Amino acid sequence: MSLILALLLSPLFLGMIVKIKAFFAGRKGQPLLQFYYDLVKLLQKGVVYSSSTTVVFRLSPWIALAAAVTALCILPLPGYSSWISFPGDFFVLFALLAVLRFSLVCAALDTGSSFEGMGASREVLFSFLAEPALLLSFLVLSFGLEGYSLHEILSNPFSIGGGKLVALYFISVSLFIVLLAENSRIPFDDPNTHLELTMIHEVMVLDHSGPDLAGILYTSALKLWILGSLWVGISSPWRGGSFYLDVLVFLGSMIFLAVIIGIIESILARVRLIRVSHALSLATVLAGVALLWIIG
Amino acid sequence: MRNGERIPLREIPPLDFSRFKATLKDAVATGNRIAGLWAVPSGSGYTLYSAILHPSRQTIEVVCSMVEKVYPALTPEVPCLHWFERDLWERYGTIPQGHPWLKPIRFYQGEAGKVDFFRVEGEEIHEVAVGPVHAGVIEPGHFRFQCNGERVFHLEISLGYQHRGVERALTGGPNGRSVHYAETLAGDTTIGHATAYALLVEGLSGSKPSFYAEWIRAIALELERLANHIGDIGALSGDIGFLPTQSYCGRIRGDVLNLTALLCGNRFGRNLIRPGGVRYILEKERLDNLRSRLQVIEEDTISAIELFFDTPSVRARLEGTGVVTAHVAKELGLVGLAARATGLSIDARQDIPWGYYRTQRPPVSVHGTGDCYARAYLRWLEIQESFRFLHQITQTIPEEMAVEKKPYPPTVPEPDSGPLSGSHSGLKDHVSTVELTLTPQSLGIGITEGWRGEIVHVAATDENGKFAWYRVFDPSFHNWFGLAYAMRGGEISDFPLCNKSFNLSYCGHDL
Repeated sequence: MSLILALLLSPLFLGMIVKIKAFFAGRKGQPLLQFYYDLVKLLQKGVVYSSSTTVVFRLSPWIALAAAVTALCILPLPGYSSWISFPGDFFVLFALLAVLRFSLVCAALDTGSSFEGMGASREVLFSFLAEPALLLSFLVLSFGLEGYSLHEILSNPFSIGGGKLVALYFISVSLFIVLLAENSRIPFDDPNTHLELTMIHEVMVLDHSGPDLAGILYTSALKLWILGSLWVGISSPWRGGSFYLDVLVFLGSMIFLAVIIGIIESILARVRLIRVSHALSLATVLAGVALLWIIG
Repeated sequence: MRNGERIPLREIPPLDFSRFKATLKDAVATGNRIAGLWAVPSGSGYTLYSAILHPSRQTIEVVCSMVEKVYPALTPEVPCLHWFERDLWERYGTIPQGHPWLKPIRFYQGEAGKVDFFRVEGEEIHEVAVGPVHAGVIEPGHFRFQCNGERVFHLEISLGYQHRGVERALTGGPNGRSVHYAETLAGDTTIGHATAYALLVEGLSGSKPSFYAEWIRAIALELERLANHIGDIGALSGDIGFLPTQSYCGRIRGDVLNLTALLCGNRFGRNLIRPGGVRYILEKERLDNLRSRLQVIEEDTISAIELFFDTPSVRARLEGTGVVTAHVAKELGLVGLAARATGLSIDARQDIPWGYYRTQRPPVSVHGTGDCYARAYLRWLEIQESFRFLHQITQTIPEEMAVEKKPYPPTVPEPDSGPLSGSHSGLKDHVSTVELTLTPQSLGIGITEGWRGEIVHVAATDENGKFAWYRVFDPSFHNWFGLAYAMRGGEISDFPLCNKSFNLSYCGHDL
């Protein structure tokens, strides 16, 4: 169920963020479904390959997409079991996200362009800083909840116990920072900019075109959905109604998340690149403090 | 001489080269500044001219000296001339001996040869080449960064892709095309360049525009300043991903451009300014319309831009990025907005006022930190001053303005309708499309403060009263190196922001 929702709705989620940003900028904004139109348009186009690229470049968008879809199979709807679920499955989920990133970085390096190399170096540096926060957060949760699969962790994170609830708040903030950074959102990166020199994620995919680019854009949408639903899973306390009610609550929470991201992107300017690492360190420190709280 | 006056060529005695050099050196040391250095081939050698501005006396001093093809470089002792001497080398192949960094500035394929980029060697150094084709809708220019990771050791800017040969085309004028060349020297500074051209031609012909025409020119120039400054703050806002100000400023810039259109029918002020006067009058109804629209625009601008500067994340992003100190700005000879952002009080409206600014002018704004924040904030200060100034001067139509009412747009006389008589009857006083007769064998100069900075037009006439040569120094010519300097030691990801904070003209430089 989670898989179907993600496959269908993740571009819509991006559309909602854009709509909210447009509202704050006093504009009408592009249609909600623009990302679907873009995907369809790109799928109908041909592909241009640079003569300096190899098979790595051609395969990477599809490896990335496969990694994202596999990760979605592991990702449960909060409160329900996912398709694939086993103790420690969150490690596999994060590893799949790493595979996704790795394949895109390889493609970027494969082009031999100085821009893409620069983007790849930034992407790798920032995800290297973001991963500890992500892993630490889920270790804390599994420790506190004594559950070792995502299904158990997300079933009811608020059962962690009164005294230790603070840890959950810390992790929620930490995860939110990671969510913004990993998905190249403002204030860390600007998904709309045309300035190659300031881009992180976008500059890596400059050479992709046509269906390949569609694959990459769709993968990014799925990635945002994955991290978004993890955040919603641990931050929203409502569980336990009927299945349909839970789906509605989940979707409502996702809309809420889109609104928050949209507002943040509207009221904040980008931080300078060097400060991104400071913010990601903050995320790791928050997760570390949460760990201390749980143990202590 | 004063701004917009002429001087017979023979009254500029050639100085001995060492005195010429000492004069320039003294000028910089005593707080005056060099508006330009250019050469004219004469015989086997060249006559080297320089214009020195004396803000304290509000005058311009033109000096010259005869040099051979090879001459001792001025740059080592007067660093702000380095770009000018490279320009001379590129144009004429003159060899300034001892110039520390002699290479072309416009990428000519001709005599001067190709650019050999400065390179930093080393395991950890990588080179990033950007342009000349860019991702945004901007002019072409090539940027070569020598980086260590994210840090920029050196940036070299290679221009020349916009070279059109305008100066050469202006030689032999003025003719029907001249004023159009002047208006398009830099598209966003139409009024600034056209006014400088008009000043020069009026000076050379010994005519003077009516006070009314000067008043219209001042209004148009301040509107141009407003439009560009507001647009720039919006663009800066876009570069750092701050949406609200970006969208609002983009729209407000259009509103200001529409005011210029109200004035003359063109949003960029083309066809407004002509030597001898202006082509359009501003009668009472349209003046009131302009005033009321200006009021609304001012309110919108205040809310959009105050939001920008009140947002902590915006200030954090801009502060300390791309710093140029006042000392460096002085050494490099920066002008205009970029210089005022380092705390130097340089403004042609104050230093060598012309036209309406002789009687009334907005105060000079300065902001001393020299970073992107200063350049953005200075724009905001100037926006406020321009609004205040415009409100002030549009309260009444100047005295002698009992102009006959003309429908809008006023009928435009044919370009070849012959010289207008000097009678004081209505519109004809202020509208000019005539070709003024220039005094032969004279040098004229016209300097204005465009929104970007000081615009210098200088020309001399031959024995027939036609331009023997024509030189233009756009503020961008002085300031491009300032941008390269601002990036030194900075982060490569800050470049687009720095670039936008200077917002220099490519075609104004390349000419």
